[in-house]
Amino acid sequence: MIISADGLRKDFTVSRKAGRFRRERHVVSAVDGVDLRVEAGELLGYIGPNGAGKSTTLKMLTGVLTPSAGTVRVCGLEPVASRTTLARRIGVVFGQRSQLWWDLPLAESFELLRHIYRVPAGDHATRLARCTSLLGLDEFARTPVRQLSLGQRMRGELTAALLHGPEVLFLDEPTIGLDVLSKQAVRTFLAELDARGDTTVVLTTHDLADIEKLCKRLVVIDHGRVVHDGGLDELHARYGSRRTLVADLDAPWPEGLVVPGASVVSVENRRVTLELDGVAAGEVIAALAKAVPLVDLSVREPQIEDVIARLYRGER
Amino acid sequence: MASVLGVYAKVVRAQIRSQTQYRLSFAFEVFGSVIINGLDLATVFVLFSVAGSLGGFAGPEVFLIAALSAFAFSAADLVVGNADKLRDYVRTGLFDTLLLRPLSALWQLLAVNFAPRRAGRAIQGGIIYAIALVVADIGWDVPRIVLAVVAPIAGAVFFGSLFVAGATVAFWWVESGEVANAFTYGGNDFTLYPSTMFGDWFRTVFGSVLGFSFVAYLPTLALIGRSDPLGTPDWLRWCSPVTALIAAVVARAFWRLGVRHYRSTGS
Repeated sequence: MIISADGLRKDFTVSRKAGRFRRERHVVSAVDGVDLRVEAGELLGYIGPNGAGKSTTLKMLTGVLTPSAGTVRVCGLEPVASRTTLARRIGVVFGQRSQLWWDLPLAESFELLRHIYRVPAGDHATRLARCTSLLGLDEFARTPVRQLSLGQRMRGELTAALLHGPEVLFLDEPTIGLDVLSKQAVRTFLAELDARGDTTVVLTTHDLADIEKLCKRLVVIDHGRVVHDGGLDELHARYGSRRTLVADLDAPWPEGLVVPGASVVSVENRRVTLELDGVAAGEVIAALAKAVPLVDLSVREPQIEDVIARLYRGER
Repeated sequence: MASVLGVYAKVVRAQIRSQTQYRLSFAFEVFGSVIINGLDLATVFVLFSVAGSLGGFAGPEVFLIAALSAFAFSAADLVVGNADKLRDYVRTGLFDTLLLRPLSALWQLLAVNFAPRRAGRAIQGGIIYAIALVVADIGWDVPRIVLAVVAPIAGAVFFGSLFVAGATVAFWWVESGEVANAFTYGGNDFTLYPSTMFGDWFRTVFGSVLGFSFVAYLPTLALIGRSDPLGTPDWLRWCSPVTALIAAVVARAFWRLGVRHYRSTGS
């Protein structure tokens, strides 16, 4: 087990104006008793609405913030007490904060990081070459970081976080604000990293495509507590997500027609939408074809958006 | 240790390269710094030539106190003066990035914000201090030679500790700059002159309780072989390295407490 947290909590004291001089202070728990176990080599999606406590958790796992209560171990170390030792063994990309030297070319940042992390020149060169080819860094390696586009910079950040060969990679919203192509580049890169299996990845994101394409396991938190821990399928099962069938007919929908294994959701002119009750789509289509003249039809998979939205709204 | 220093030197050099990226701005800063330092120097000479003696001390002795204080302060300012950048790091949450690297967060903060333009002033301070040592009437022996070398270092460590402690307040109170400055720059002004010049309570608070007398006044007394007219025991005149060490230990403990209080920012 490479990451473990028990009853992890972080309280912030917030003071609010209450009158001309008086201030009211009250305590807010950004993270309120999170238990987490991550095995080496896993890719974990850590998701939740804004302000749920994702970043705060990540900052406690990386030794930036001191927990108010609970215990944490990352790579067998206590993050705050062993901060500098742990820093050599983890890589971190915070989407909104740069690890790079703003005024220096990307290549010089990489070279500085090699010295800071004391990486043997050979290992550094191998890892850099791999990242360069996978992320296409060649075109902008000599450009000062401040002149890079967000997509280019994020590729640089990912490389910077991996040059010392970390055991765990923490990514806080790595695809935020990126265009479609850059998002794909980052996603493909992470999938490849996951496939090799020697790096554990903890990823926070609001991008549902990231979740669908990358995360076999999802930990969802809300108001500082874990509300779901499991795969995407389990999430669908929990909320009874169903596939839908949309059929265009050559005649009006006969009032009161019952199709076995499906229920009618809506009828608009000659278009009817049905939800499947877990039976094979083929059976329903066959039954439908016998009853009404079909022009066109499509089967839609349940949408991750709907499930996540229901989760965030607190439906159980 | 050597390799750690090497890493810091590389970070400092990268910072210098970054600054020189904006060539015109850098040139202006160096130019301005030279002018201001020149004016400082002129002030010292004017004061020195007008006032023959000050607080019961002859001109060369007053000059030595001022030179020692100025050298110690400018050296501390060169290395540690940029600690006040911490405010911005805490306010914006950028301090996160320093905590994520396998190096001391404080030394990173100092190295990443290293301001090469401050070097001129420190070098100037060193030259003036050397002149003051020659001008003053010192009966040189081994302890005095050691003290002449150690005193500016101890003074710099003392001021450096103040800079760090002052900056650390930002972990609790982001807009803390001016309060800290009262002690660093205010303290520097105190150490420029013989302690005998100041009123009783002021001298007690700044000189004895906060220890500013140990920066320049007491070491100078030891160098010129005079007892303190204010009655400080003679052996204490040699103790500036000890007070500097105490200041450094306290500042370090305070810094560590501050880091644990760091709250970061949203996302």
